Amino acid sequence: MDYATLLQLLDTTLRLATPLLFACLAGLYSERAGIFDIGLEGKMLMAAMASASVAFLTGSVWVGMFAGMAASLVLAGIHGVASITFRGNQLISGVALNFVASGITVLIAQRLFGQGGRTPPLAGDARFEAITLPLAEELRGVPVLGPLYAEVISGHPLLVYVALLMVPLTWWVLYRTRFGLRLRAVGENPAAVDTAGISVVGLRFAAVAITGILCGLAGAYMATALQAGFGREMTAGRGYIALAALIFAKWRPVAALWACLLFGFFQALALRPDVVEAVVQVKVPVPFLDALPYVLTVLVLAGFVGKAIPPRAGGEPYVKER
Amino acid sequence: MERLPKWADVALVPLISLLLAAIIAALVILAIGQDPWEALTVMVQGSVMNAYGWGYTLYYASSFMFTGLAVTVAFHASLFNIGGEGQAQLGGLGVALACLFIPWPHWTLALLGAATAAALFGAAWAAIPAYLQARRGSHIVITTIMFNYIAAAVLIFLLVDVLRPDGQMDPATARFPEAAQLPTLNEIPGFNLIFTSNVPANVTLFIALGMAVVVWLLLWRTRLGYAIRAFGKSEAAARYAGISPFAIIMVAMLISGGLAGMMAINNVMGEAERLLQNSASGAGFIGIAVALMGRNHPVGVVLAALLFGFLFQGGAELGLWTKIPIEMRTVVQGLVILFTGALDVMVRMLLTWIFNLFRAGRAVKGAA
Amino acid sequence: MADPRYAIELKGISKSFGPVQANRDIHIAVPRGTIHGIIGENGAGKSTLMSILYGFYRADSGEIFINGKPTAIPDSQSAIRAGIGMVFQHFKLVQNFTVLENVVLGAEEGALLAGSLSRARRVLGELSREYELDVDPDAVIEDLSVGHQQRVEILKALYRQADILILDEPTGVLTPAEADHLFRILKGLRDQGKTIILITHKLREIMETTDNVSVMRRGTMVGTVRTAETSPEELAELMVGRKVLLEVEKAPALPGKVVLKIEDLRVRDEHGVERLKGINLEIRAGEILGIAGVAGNGQSELLEALGGIARATGRITMNGVELPLSGKGADGRARRAAGIAHVPEDRQALGLIMDFTAWENVAFGYHDAPEYQKNALFMDNDALRADTERKMATFDVRPPIPTLAAKNFSGGNQQKIVVAREIERNPDLLLVGQPTRGVDIGAIEFIHKQIVALRDQGKAILLVSVELDEIRSLSDRIAVMFDGQIMGLRDPETTDERELGLMMAGMTGKGEAA
Repeated sequence: MDYATLLQLLDTTLRLATPLLFACLAGLYSERAGIFDIGLEGKMLMAAMASASVAFLTGSVWVGMFAGMAASLVLAGIHGVASITFRGNQLISGVALNFVASGITVLIAQRLFGQGGRTPPLAGDARFEAITLPLAEELRGVPVLGPLYAEVISGHPLLVYVALLMVPLTWWVLYRTRFGLRLRAVGENPAAVDTAGISVVGLRFAAVAITGILCGLAGAYMATALQAGFGREMTAGRGYIALAALIFAKWRPVAALWACLLFGFFQALALRPDVVEAVVQVKVPVPFLDALPYVLTVLVLAGFVGKAIPPRAGGEPYVKER
Repeated sequence: MERLPKWADVALVPLISLLLAAIIAALVILAIGQDPWEALTVMVQGSVMNAYGWGYTLYYASSFMFTGLAVTVAFHASLFNIGGEGQAQLGGLGVALACLFIPWPHWTLALLGAATAAALFGAAWAAIPAYLQARRGSHIVITTIMFNYIAAAVLIFLLVDVLRPDGQMDPATARFPEAAQLPTLNEIPGFNLIFTSNVPANVTLFIALGMAVVVWLLLWRTRLGYAIRAFGKSEAAARYAGISPFAIIMVAMLISGGLAGMMAINNVMGEAERLLQNSASGAGFIGIAVALMGRNHPVGVVLAALLFGFLFQGGAELGLWTKIPIEMRTVVQGLVILFTGALDVMVRMLLTWIFNLFRAGRAVKGAA
Repeated sequence: MADPRYAIELKGISKSFGPVQANRDIHIAVPRGTIHGIIGENGAGKSTLMSILYGFYRADSGEIFINGKPTAIPDSQSAIRAGIGMVFQHFKLVQNFTVLENVVLGAEEGALLAGSLSRARRVLGELSREYELDVDPDAVIEDLSVGHQQRVEILKALYRQADILILDEPTGVLTPAEADHLFRILKGLRDQGKTIILITHKLREIMETTDNVSVMRRGTMVGTVRTAETSPEELAELMVGRKVLLEVEKAPALPGKVVLKIEDLRVRDEHGVERLKGINLEIRAGEILGIAGVAGNGQSELLEALGGIARATGRITMNGVELPLSGKGADGRARRAAGIAHVPEDRQALGLIMDFTAWENVAFGYHDAPEYQKNALFMDNDALRADTERKMATFDVRPPIPTLAAKNFSGGNQQKIVVAREIERNPDLLLVGQPTRGVDIGAIEFIHKQIVALRDQGKAILLVSVELDEIRSLSDRIAVMFDGQIMGLRDPETTDERELGLMMAGMTGKGEAA
């Protein structure tokens, strides 16, 4: 494999890691607050459909993006009501919403466009265009680093950089602000938060709302930046892979970045069977490459890469002790 | 606040949940510019108003009984098996191998052999997530989801590269031999008086009903069932009682995977008569809704499976005769899971409130 | 108008949970700058009353006055604003946070943490010097001892400028020395003008520490007296409503052969910390061996290791046969087969499946017993129900309905179901943990009699209890545990409470031969 191919792979990695990163950080806020969310998938799908539809109808990718966030927030709100207000089973609620999203996205897209549940292809201002970072062309001549900057770092849609910036921002919020302290506390011991006179319900809803917004960005990126439009089931399990990345990262923001880049890399490999074949010198069937991210997720979950301790109050509805 | 009477808890709570799901589904249909009443009419017409419709409804219901029972057994051990879909696909592989490579003299023997193979393959696919949960604490919900995706990839590979007969274009196995084809209801004496045309519902229906009885006996009449239920209620207490968590997780998941796998005798052996890509077509997931709707009791599962058979067949009719896409089924499925599984507290509160209104009304009348 | 001399005055507080009336028309007045004890049995309604005061529950009726002013306390935030601080029995600390972060949580100034943390560090330093409350502000909670964690709880309240401090059963997890330190701190706080409410069921603490004491019984306030003018006997009588006979009538023990021999038994917890550090004990037929100790000194681990719940190392020999301590055959089932029955410390978490019916619970741990089987495949549920009816009659379980779920029985009746199940197996050795925790007086007497009766049949009994009175009145021999070790064995007839107390604090007898 030559350097140019490697750069291509890394470029694809970053593009494919971005939705995972948004979704992973989304899950981080929710799970750090003690609410399990396996409905990341559904929220992304909803957001993808809403953003692509609205972007197509209005011709503005920005309006589309906010529509995506709003759609994702609706599902987040239902999840919050079920798991916080009514103390329902968080796993079941997440699964249920994934099914609802899977069906309703097709229904709405079909109703709007009548193209078998797809949106028409987006173009122009209805899509996020690639941004060339300053000096990318000028520095291309610098050996090794120049092409890396120009090919891999530069030339992505805005949301890729937003996702990357979310990592330090999340770290700062979590560890340097009052909200972060309370958020981490409510996922570890909600009783401590409650007796300190802070609303457990309020905090958890706030966390679930942030999850909704970030999943919205993940979905909007999928439909308006990574691809040019919405197609049925287009998220293809990315919500679950993001969850696995979250566990792999032990619920920490910086580690989440590396985990998502790793999973993004595997997805990039699956797109390039020729490169894989050249490297391992054996013909690898494409389904195997498709299954690779899922197999690795299982290996990660099996703890072959270190034991992860989830937030202590995760998954448990908070009930005041008598 | 007074508690709900038991009959209301058992019967009314799922019915109210279903009603709420139906109302929202109706609103969704209205929102996409269609007529819910017309939709319901089409669904009822196409699924339960004639023998042909029933032939499909019962066919789907047979599959859902297996997957619903699979989820039920795991639920009683406090395990959420979302992997029914993958386990059913692997079950299909077991059926295909048994039917294609063993020369069965008669369909009864073929059924026995294929059912065993289906159960074994399904159980094997559940075994790895079960082991990882029992020994390494890997969350079974996520691992079983991953195994669904892996199963799909494995089957695509096998159907495209290994099992596809030469010269055939579509990724599927060869057709099963005559002796490995199951009698459909219209081929069974007695039933053929009702089902006059060819329907997909087949003898598997009776096996599914039989499995419901077996699961009931297992859970409430055997030592193993006792241990599964005790473990499901409290792992710490089960440990005190000397019930091995490892053994229970493994056995419960193997049974669950086996039941999900056995579904393949219905769709692969009884209907398609060859193994196709995506053979389970969502029935594994519907098992979750069926188990929740059926309150994790075999009787409830059978009734809920019939209901979902109706929804599935009716949903297909919608896709044929109206402008409502077939994905409406998935929405209803999600709504039922939401209301019966995650919002059951809300439904119960609602019902208790209504009951107390009635009680108060009666008390006032009594006083006057 | 209420009297402004009182820091807290409650008038006519009532609270019920469904059919259970937890508090009934409570009146209480706590003068400012005093330590006020509230004493009562488990379930007397003490904790409910304090939860109302801290805004955890709303009273159904009644009024609260703080410093003479009527005050509504709808939530904890209002309680904190009113100057009330609470130290719960189960600490409300975030285990993986530092002391500083725990103190600041909920009392931050501004959206950023840095300022709040440095201010808290300064204030904590001042408070530590003032009240003997020294804790490392950067220590992570899970690394601290229970005594230190409790200090963090007190610091949390003081940091929020609490004038009224409520402590709920604060000494349950403390050694006598730690408890004494706590009481010194409390007296120091009182001398600075703070008002302290101490909730406990331990008479000794009330007598030593408080200025006034209020007694609660079955949800009502039966009286308030000056501590200096009362006696433990009078308080005990007020608590239970009649003279208590804490002595259990029993004939002298006739110890027989050694039933269980424990050698160098060791247990590590999931963090790898050694909780049992080489226990050596012998339990004989026809005797009750009581294990005394402050909660958390290895008693639970001892029961769990013997009951087959926790993995252990060392050697245990039952009736001359060595039993495995880990791996195959080291589970509750094998122990039961070897003749060991176990009434666990926590009946709701371990001893019963709360959602199961009474008859299903009677089979718990014994579901593969031959008499409960119809044939090779199926259990005989009818036989099981009949057996349950019989046991319920013998042990006076009320209501005697086998099909009722365990969660619908009272604490005492739940315990009777567990005790009936374990004793009726006629075990050679009975492990009993906290047999009367949360059990009403009538049931306590009954359960004590059953244990003694089993001993008189020549069975061996290992009794673990944090109630020293229970240990002293039931045991034929007492072993005192401290820090995972046996400090020594004593004869209850010839040993006084003081000596046992010192041993429980690890002061004497270390390394003494068993």
